[in-house]
Amino acid sequence: MDNILSLLIGLIFLAGLATPLLYRIWQKNTGIYLAVIPLIIFVVLISELFQLAPRESSVLETTMGFLPGMEFAFRIDGLSLIFGLLISGIGVLILLHASYYMAKYERQANFYTYLMFFMGAMIGMVFSDNLLVLFVFWEITSVASFFLIGFDHHAEKSRQAALQALLITGFGGLCLFFAVILTGNITGTYVISELLEQSIHLGNHPYYYLILTLTILAAVTKSAQFPFHFWLPGAMQAPTPVSAYLHSATMVNAGIFLLMRIYPIMGGTMMWKYSLMLTGVITMFLGAFFAMGQRDFKRILAFTTISALGTMTLLVGIDTPDSLKAALIFFIVHGLYKGGLFMIAGIIDKSTGTRDIYDLHGLFKKMPVTAIVTLLALISMAGLPPMLGFIGKELIYEAKMQLPDVSWLLLPLGVGANMLMVAISITVFYELFIPDKKRKPIELKYRERDLPLRFILGPILLAVVGLFLGLSPKILEIPVDNGLYFMGNQMAHISLSLWHGFNDVLILSIFTVLSGIFIFYIRRPVTRMIGRIITWLDHLHLPTLFSQLINKYLKTAAKNTNLLQHGYHRFYLLTFFLAVIALMGIQIFRITDIQLPELTPSPIKIHVALLLLVTAISVIFAVFAKSRLSAILAMGVVGYGIAMLYLYYGAIDLAITQFLAETVLMVLFVMVIYYLPEFAILSNKKSRLRDGIISVAVGVFVTLVVLKAKFLNLETPISEFFAANSYTEAHGRNIVNVILVDFRALDTLGELTVLTLAAAGVYSLFRFQIKTLKKKKSGQQKPRENVDNKMHG
Amino acid sequence: MEYVIAVFIGLLYACGVYLILRRSIVKVILGVFVLSNATNLIIFLSGGIQRGGAPFIPEGAETVDPATISDPLPQALILTAIVISLGISAYILALKYRYFDVTGTHDLDQLKNTDQR
Repeated sequence: MDNILSLLIGLIFLAGLATPLLYRIWQKNTGIYLAVIPLIIFVVLISELFQLAPRESSVLETTMGFLPGMEFAFRIDGLSLIFGLLISGIGVLILLHASYYMAKYERQANFYTYLMFFMGAMIGMVFSDNLLVLFVFWEITSVASFFLIGFDHHAEKSRQAALQALLITGFGGLCLFFAVILTGNITGTYVISELLEQSIHLGNHPYYYLILTLTILAAVTKSAQFPFHFWLPGAMQAPTPVSAYLHSATMVNAGIFLLMRIYPIMGGTMMWKYSLMLTGVITMFLGAFFAMGQRDFKRILAFTTISALGTMTLLVGIDTPDSLKAALIFFIVHGLYKGGLFMIAGIIDKSTGTRDIYDLHGLFKKMPVTAIVTLLALISMAGLPPMLGFIGKELIYEAKMQLPDVSWLLLPLGVGANMLMVAISITVFYELFIPDKKRKPIELKYRERDLPLRFILGPILLAVVGLFLGLSPKILEIPVDNGLYFMGNQMAHISLSLWHGFNDVLILSIFTVLSGIFIFYIRRPVTRMIGRIITWLDHLHLPTLFSQLINKYLKTAAKNTNLLQHGYHRFYLLTFFLAVIALMGIQIFRITDIQLPELTPSPIKIHVALLLLVTAISVIFAVFAKSRLSAILAMGVVGYGIAMLYLYYGAIDLAITQFLAETVLMVLFVMVIYYLPEFAILSNKKSRLRDGIISVAVGVFVTLVVLKAKFLNLETPISEFFAANSYTEAHGRNIVNVILVDFRALDTLGELTVLTLAAAGVYSLFRFQIKTLKKKKSGQQKPRENVDNKMHG
Repeated sequence: MEYVIAVFIGLLYACGVYLILRRSIVKVILGVFVLSNATNLIIFLSGGIQRGGAPFIPEGAETVDPATISDPLPQALILTAIVISLGISAYILALKYRYFDVTGTHDLDQLKNTDQR
């Protein structure tokens, strides 16, 4: 029973992989059957919830994992339970909803694969007890959301939106990875439970600011906080069920989850507070502000999500037990109403064919159930009783009022955002459901009673749960309490109720609602003004700016590549030689501490010196020779000269080989020389001078290296072994040969392979020649390709 | 003697580098050839050139005193190197031959593009 959670998470991924097959069997009902898995998880988590003691967490160990040290251990505490319940519960509803919504889409099997992976990764992430595993799941959500957002990949818009989301969240992922590695290095463990138990806080570590910056970057990119918020409205290109899931319980909430998870290890410092509060409050206000100016129902919801995420970030930043409590409650509130509203947007889109709220009116009579459910969700969004949203908003106000030194900033922006939320809620309901006598009634494509239950079950259930939790919030106390305990608030004991008594928070709420209603009355000028501001802001349209940035980056990269990869073979070599001389030159004179045995050089033999002189003259002659044949012959002299040198110093095998190789090469040269062009001077004087200087430098440098090495390794322990064992072990008297064919036989095998390949290459190159000649005769120009292929192969 | 050989190696390197910096492919091939010979010599020199006998175990004996023979290990290495450089040189030569045959040029600067022109 203990490991059932890990089995279930594995099952989600397996089901995701198997969907293409399952889809053949179940066809359009695939979503319904797949929903069983998250449903089981939901039930298991509910049972865990009832077993949860206020001050305990449990860790489910497994021996499986990505790598040693990255085992799939799953940690169950209040925080992960709250997130897990929402992810799995809403996941069930989304799958049911999608099974009808997506019925006419192509590639449904792929859709379910991505969705299951996404769901599995989210659940894995919130429960994982290892920072590295958490990171891996985090990245899987980014990749899965890329495919989901870009699901309609025929449209350029959705491809762009998907890419943007991937780039931004991918950047965040890299930051997270860096932060996780640093944390692991500093603390010596990646296991979250250990970190929490040892109550390690990184606040005093010199790298703290770096780690915190990276973590916050990861969280704010994932959670679409200002100034990274722009990918989220773009993600509206995804099919509506995906948006519903992305916004309510998954993806964007992962950043908030990360902040809460990491809070006991890094939270509570000045930097934490101020950076999160500032980002949060700006995002909160901007989201609500922009939402007011939209016409598309989905876009309105997207911007309210941004605002809600800002609220959560702000609350985590305020950093008091009350604010953390408010953040957790608000996450539940938001998940419940936002999931419902998005699915309603899908229902309305399906029934009427449009999502523009100003094009619609008077739907109440035709869609009474939807209308009532929408009303409940919007009441929660506006933060009115008796929904859970009311409790959430009260807690938020309470938390904001606790900080006298910053409440002058938080309260106006926060209350402003909430007034706008109230106004948006009323506007949406009014425009959608209240009839307008002057306009024609809306014709529905599908009547509400013709829609299958599973399509509207989601919003209904979520609204009912929201209402139920609003009326009896005590149920939430246990997990929230437990979650808070493990966020380091040992003392916190919370109690939740709908009625808080008559206090300043309530007065503020009443003020908010009244102002919201007032804004609703003057909504036309307000929307127009916001619309104008948005048009004006389009100059700084962030998605466009972002894609421009990416384009610039690519262009610069191409430019740099062209600069470095210029295609001139000799300049590559030039760069290489200069770099080697410079780097090794510095190094060679810095090495002083190596003790080499003092060696006396062997005496100079006149005849050997003469041999070298002749060889030297021929090599110089080869360089400056005007004719091909004389250059090649001079080269032959060089080869034979070196062979003689080998012979003189007792390397008989070497000498024989060198003689043979040299002869073969000479023959080859002479064979093809007829086809080779005349030597031509292709370079000008200046470049010859430059090359000359560089070559002399290389030569001097090599001489210095050789001298510096002091003819090292005269003591030859390895060779002693060969001398001793060559005959006794390998039964050969020629030691060099024994080394080649016995001691180092595998090397020789490799050498033979090279030689065989070269021979095959030479053979085929010459063979193609014959074909070319034949084809040339028949006047075709094809053979060029053959050669090119050969050269690349 | 080592000093003389060291200078000789330096000279070979200078000539080899100059040759492979040319634009004409034939010269580049010659340069590769010179460079590989020079490198072999460095390895040879590193084994010591105190003149000794050939690394053979005499008839009747089971082992040989390493001090009396030249070091067999660098020789084995160089032997491999010579054979491989023969293979490579032959291959480049054939390639060059084909290249000239197809394109009609031996200027390396014309070999910039991987695509056909």
